[in-house]
Amino acid sequence: MPEANVLPDATTTDGALLVLAIVSPAAGVLLSFVLGGQYAERIAAVLLPSGLFLASIIFVDVWRSGDRLIYIVGDWTPPLGIALRADGLSAAMMMTMAIVICAVAIFALADFGTRAGSAEARAPFAFWILLMAIWGAMNMVFLGGDLFTLYVAIELLTFAAVPLVCLDGRAETLQAALRYLLFALLGSILYLVGTALLYGSYATLDIVLLSRRIHMEPATLVAAALMTIGLFAKTALFPLHLWLPPAHAGAPAAASAVLSAVVVKGSFFIVVRLWFDVMPGMLGPAGAQLFGGLGAAAIVFGSVVALQQQRLKLLIAYSTVAQIGYLFLMFPLALDTVSAELQSSGALTGGMLQAISHATAKAAMFMAAGIIYAVLGHDRIAELGGVARAIPMTIFAFALGGVSLIGLPPSGGFLAKWLLLEAAVATGQWWWAIVMLAGGLFTSGYMFIVLSRAVAPSGEPLKPRVAVPRYQEAAALALALTSLLLGLVAFGPVDILQAGRLESMLVGPR
Amino acid sequence: MNAATLFGLSGAALVGIGLYGFVTNPEPLRKILAFNLLGSGVFLVFGVVSRRAAASGLGGDPVPQAMVITAIVVAFAATAMAIALVLRLLQETGRSTLGADSPGDTDRVSGNS
Repeated sequence: MPEANVLPDATTTDGALLVLAIVSPAAGVLLSFVLGGQYAERIAAVLLPSGLFLASIIFVDVWRSGDRLIYIVGDWTPPLGIALRADGLSAAMMMTMAIVICAVAIFALADFGTRAGSAEARAPFAFWILLMAIWGAMNMVFLGGDLFTLYVAIELLTFAAVPLVCLDGRAETLQAALRYLLFALLGSILYLVGTALLYGSYATLDIVLLSRRIHMEPATLVAAALMTIGLFAKTALFPLHLWLPPAHAGAPAAASAVLSAVVVKGSFFIVVRLWFDVMPGMLGPAGAQLFGGLGAAAIVFGSVVALQQQRLKLLIAYSTVAQIGYLFLMFPLALDTVSAELQSSGALTGGMLQAISHATAKAAMFMAAGIIYAVLGHDRIAELGGVARAIPMTIFAFALGGVSLIGLPPSGGFLAKWLLLEAAVATGQWWWAIVMLAGGLFTSGYMFIVLSRAVAPSGEPLKPRVAVPRYQEAAALALALTSLLLGLVAFGPVDILQAGRLESMLVGPR
Repeated sequence: MNAATLFGLSGAALVGIGLYGFVTNPEPLRKILAFNLLGSGVFLVFGVVSRRAAASGLGGDPVPQAMVITAIVVAFAATAMAIALVLRLLQETGRSTLGADSPGDTDRVSGNS
């Protein structure tokens, strides 16, 4: 194969930041175990904001230079060594996840913070460690430059996410966690089979090298199919979504927010890496339509089931199933009709923007649901009456999150759906446009059900069971506002998503 | 048939048996065992890949060997975590199954808290 035209992969200036983004959460986790108890919270309180700072430096770096940050670990170049790469997609996703995780951490101070003088408990200790572990694993997913590193990253993510589901140790949540773990194990082992086959065929798993060597043959197809099915199971794409609603609805509010907003995006991101970066020419029209079809089925199924839910958290969880569907609509829309290759076009930007706006909106909605649960002592939708008067800020945050999910301007959801619709019109695939618009109608349906109950007057004035700290409501509202104002990035850094993309590296001398 | 093909076929057979067991057995413990069988098959495939790519003078390609060691550790950790969950479930409920609510049954799930 033409090894000669391989670009020299060398560590760029600031490349060491990428290592820091992975190592500092890992150090935080280990240090928490060593020091134990209440130190976990203090370590997280230092590390999470510095993680946000780090992500913004990387974001600005990639945006300014329009090129990737690269770090070659130990100066061993691929295929023998491991490269960490941050392109526009990684930088944007890292930034989003850092924002969401910091907001969740502020929210969680009320539930998992240890008061001075009180005895240390296991749940808070586990929560802060797992939160840092999720942050580190997500960074590894975004920066990993070869498919095996991504495998390790997605496993770390699973191992951090599963215990979050059963933090309270009730039997139902244990069952949900076990079911989640079983789905995830099957997914990861299928992915691993795929990496073995790919390495056997091409003797490298490095994304850049592999994308140059890979070609259509039976082993590649089998590997791609197995890896994709495995990742679909972890992303909870219909029909492999069965584990998601009980797991996400049963977890404590702060954990639900992380699981729904952050964790499912990890495996989705690897799907994008696999098909857009490693083998853009292999999906083909039939495969792209299949991905889109599964996404459309997820939208319809998730929305219809969400409409029937009696409990708020389950409704939000099923809404996640539906919103994951939108992410997969970008595959048929990004397929170039002439070259039959997946292009890093407006559809990719739209899809990633959908992932980002869903992350912020859904985290805000789960936090709002957690506050509602704390105030009312239940989350039955039929009995929400009067809650809007008791906690107006929370209901406002919930509604703003819904605005982004529906896709009303100027929200991030609007810009994402606009880009996807534009691609659907440009490529003449009107059927995806119908699915998207129908999904928007469904979403407004279940948002209306919840909000109309929440603002309905109740017989007697509602007495909150607990006083909700103001900063908890503020964290939810801040995330919802972020999601709402995300549409304004159309005037700003939306083109970062195209920065340092692989195709632009391949064509033209640099 | 050379050794590599033989081991490759054995690996494929293990993957097949493991996958079958994972999908058909409803009990979590059996699923975990099937997962390990499936994993062993994959590790064997990695070994074959390493042997087949052996350069002159080397017994095998070191990269897949490094990968398979990592994968074994990951599978071990996953198994430990799954077993811990099953044990905890047994302590809480007195049974180690996912019960009547097979993963297809979403109605029951929406019924509980």
